[in-house]
Amino acid sequence: MEIVVNGKPRRAAADVSLAQAVAMLTDAETGIAAAVNGDVIRRAAWEATRLSDGDEVEVLTAVQGG
Amino acid sequence: MDDPLLIGGEAFSSRLIMGTGGAPSLDVLGRALAASGAELTTVAIRRVDPAATGSVLDLLKDLGIRVLPNTAGCFTAAEAVRTARLAREALGTAWVKLEVIADERTLLPDPLELLTAAEQLVGDGFTVLPYTNDDPVLARRLEQAGCAAVMPLGSPIGSGLGIRNPHNIELIVDAAGVPVILDAGIGTASDTTIAMELGCAGVLLATSVTRARSPELMAEAMRLAVSAGRLARRAGRVPVRKLALASSPPAD
Repeated sequence: MEIVVNGKPRRAAADVSLAQAVAMLTDAETGIAAAVNGDVIRRAAWEATRLSDGDEVEVLTAVQGG
Repeated sequence: MDDPLLIGGEAFSSRLIMGTGGAPSLDVLGRALAASGAELTTVAIRRVDPAATGSVLDLLKDLGIRVLPNTAGCFTAAEAVRTARLAREALGTAWVKLEVIADERTLLPDPLELLTAAEQLVGDGFTVLPYTNDDPVLARRLEQAGCAAVMPLGSPIGSGLGIRNPHNIELIVDAAGVPVILDAGIGTASDTTIAMELGCAGVLLATSVTRARSPELMAEAMRLAVSAGRLARRAGRVPVRKLALASSPPAD
């Protein structure tokens, strides 16, 4: 199946978890937030959150600004 | 702590809040932040860049400076609320500098979206510090909505135009029951001092330091400017007179 991570389409296994999708971009232990189709998912739920074909995942962190 | 800045029940000894945007490197930013004495610093929330080197979060942790996430880049209340929730999840803080801008050209706040977002975030348990127009009525509405501070602009973000409507800033200060923090438009140290003399509880700035020729020197200037303005405000300035008032005794 295909998911979209931070705007880029990516091939993924059918049972891919949100934790695995985040790991495609970063191995940071802290300072990261994730949303699936616009809903913020708590870090504690990343492993248990299974993604579906076409899901849009956003993986965010703090950068210089303001 | 002498004369602390109290926001949302927490005390800060520095009245200067720094932004982190615009610095040429993390190294320069770190030295400027250290020189500024700031205890609270804004960061933006953006997509993870796998190619990024260095982390502003690591820098702030090393310096012992608390992170204040902002919602920069949001044009609607819904976007800002979502960004604040992402920031809370990523950074473990329910404090947010709320920015909801109307357009890229002016970066002026959209007052209707701002108030809507503030109401929602306060209801969601956030400590909300809204970047707002220099409008005393909007400032009052934001305070009534439960914001922990109000942060009126002196002039547009990054413009360095200083405080274009000091009278409005005074009106906001006179009416506010929460700290008023001058946010945006500071160009140089005298602008910061004026903000504090007008009665602002603090100043939030970034560009004037991070894009100065020497960010570290300007950061120190801003630290001193905040202190000078605050002391002058507390001291109570002399009234302005139209004619001279001799400061020496009359000649014998």
